[in-house]
Amino acid sequence: MDRHPPATTTVTRTQGARRAGRTPWLYLAPALVVLGGLLVYPVYQLGLISVLEYTQAQVSGGKPTSFRGLGNYTTLFSDDQFWSVLLATVVFAAACVLCTLAVGCALAVLLTRVRAVPRLALMLAALGAWATPAVTGSTVWLFLFDPDFGPVNRLLGLGDHSWTYGRYSAFLLVLLEVVWCSFPFVMVTVYAGIRAVPAEVLEAAALDGASQWRIWRSVLAPMLRPILAVVTIQSVIWDFKVFTQIYVMTNGGGIAGQNLVLNVYAYQKAFASSEYSLGSAIGVVTLLILLAVTLGYLRLLRRQGEEL
Amino acid sequence: MTLVNLVRGSVRRPWRSAAEASALLIAAVVAFPLYWMVLSAVKPAGEIESTRPRPWTGSPTLDSFRRVFGQQEFGRYFLNSLVVAGCVVVASALIAFLAATAVTRFRFRFRTTLLIMFLVAQTVPVEALAIPLFFLMRDLGQLNTLGALILPHIAFSLPFAIWMLRGFVKAVPEALEEAAHLDGASRARFLWQILFPLVLPGLVATSVFSFISAWNDFLFAKSFIISDTSQSTLPMALLVFYKPDEPDWGGVMAASTVMTIPVLVFFVVVQRRLVSGLGGSLKD
Repeated sequence: MDRHPPATTTVTRTQGARRAGRTPWLYLAPALVVLGGLLVYPVYQLGLISVLEYTQAQVSGGKPTSFRGLGNYTTLFSDDQFWSVLLATVVFAAACVLCTLAVGCALAVLLTRVRAVPRLALMLAALGAWATPAVTGSTVWLFLFDPDFGPVNRLLGLGDHSWTYGRYSAFLLVLLEVVWCSFPFVMVTVYAGIRAVPAEVLEAAALDGASQWRIWRSVLAPMLRPILAVVTIQSVIWDFKVFTQIYVMTNGGGIAGQNLVLNVYAYQKAFASSEYSLGSAIGVVTLLILLAVTLGYLRLLRRQGEEL
Repeated sequence: MTLVNLVRGSVRRPWRSAAEASALLIAAVVAFPLYWMVLSAVKPAGEIESTRPRPWTGSPTLDSFRRVFGQQEFGRYFLNSLVVAGCVVVASALIAFLAATAVTRFRFRFRTTLLIMFLVAQTVPVEALAIPLFFLMRDLGQLNTLGALILPHIAFSLPFAIWMLRGFVKAVPEALEEAAHLDGASRARFLWQILFPLVLPGLVATSVFSFISAWNDFLFAKSFIISDTSQSTLPMALLVFYKPDEPDWGGVMAASTVMTIPVLVFFVVVQRRLVSGLGGSLKD
């Protein structure tokens, strides 16, 4: 965003775009100012802090900040906990994305098979889950799975089994909540996409005697590919950055940090132990991973000839 | 709708019944957490802390809600949350409208670059930026004020809002602009008196996302509002009741209900636009 062209930009004339000149930049100015100041600049700062020695002493001005180069990253990469947190984050995010997409797509297809009343019921329930704030969703799910007063343990006859005690069951509980509140986006979007598929195409497939699964695999899925690509990338971005659910449901990362994911780990390093530079280094790593995923996705879109 | 009719025709009757039954069942399962939340909010204390929870209550009470509104300046937090979400929605909607108009109505150098950057900007982990933003807000003197919550959320909701709005702006025919121009309307006049009202429904639908991100914000409220609790927002108020060792479940569920309702109302109001908007913004 630091590459503002001079005001006399060359204008390619297309229909409706008369005398573009500096008008588009005028319209873009507020957005660029806000994004520059509150997004680009902080990202730059994040990178800067990650190569400095920056702890409580420097924040309060007790010690001067000193340049550490990649020292923070060396510290980080030689820490076993970092690698286990990274692995947990990747596996957890992948599981969330897969479950969300599977549930979302399956229910989108189901929506096209039923009459108005069941469709409305499912749509409303999904909107409710979608609208639930992350904090309230987290507390409600915790209560549902509460060992003493929750209905789930009664229903399953699990006694006072604690879901948040074990590492995997705690991750499972968070996963259920994340899938619950993020599948509606996938379902609604894919459903809107299916409805936009021309009826003749499906009619032809049905007349040719294709099975339902075959129609989905050979007709719908390819036509929906751009939409599926978008919901996949959005899910990856969202699920890789899960913070509130982990923080609230496992009480800041679980027993002895067993349920930490990168985001919560960075936060704990920075704000709980005042290791701001280590926290920033973790943030940079998260950012780079997501950037790589997004750019890979963009290349994929380009190759398929999609236009932005 | 045609697809629905078509597929319905090709599905045999028992299969459709099975599909409809499972749709209803799944709807019930998905809605259950919300039902349980509201139910627990109106249950008397004795029934919540019971080892035999029942899915109904014979004696609903508003005790938990009274406790919530009576404690910890809850009304004030609610107001703060509304102010934050309101400012974010209005500011980001206006800014995103202008930006989306620029990238859909004009062809100019760096247009594609900008679009890619708006997409890339969505991948920035907000949580990681809490660290530099904390120092930025400190330097701006915004710590412990609502500004520290409003400013970052405007920035974070912009890229997605611009991305979504493109579809709505594109849907307004170019011919309209030609006609307005021929009638002697200036660019500004066209922008605010013709384009803006036409895009407004889409703008409202898109706003739901900035509303949610601001309304749900937990991290910034926790990190930037450190000493002045009168500037706190709802998520923090909710956690007052949620102490890991001895949670006041009735209070938590009542506060959760209060916090969820505004978002739910917003969603139900815009849901039609949202569905078509998602379809539209993804198709082009």
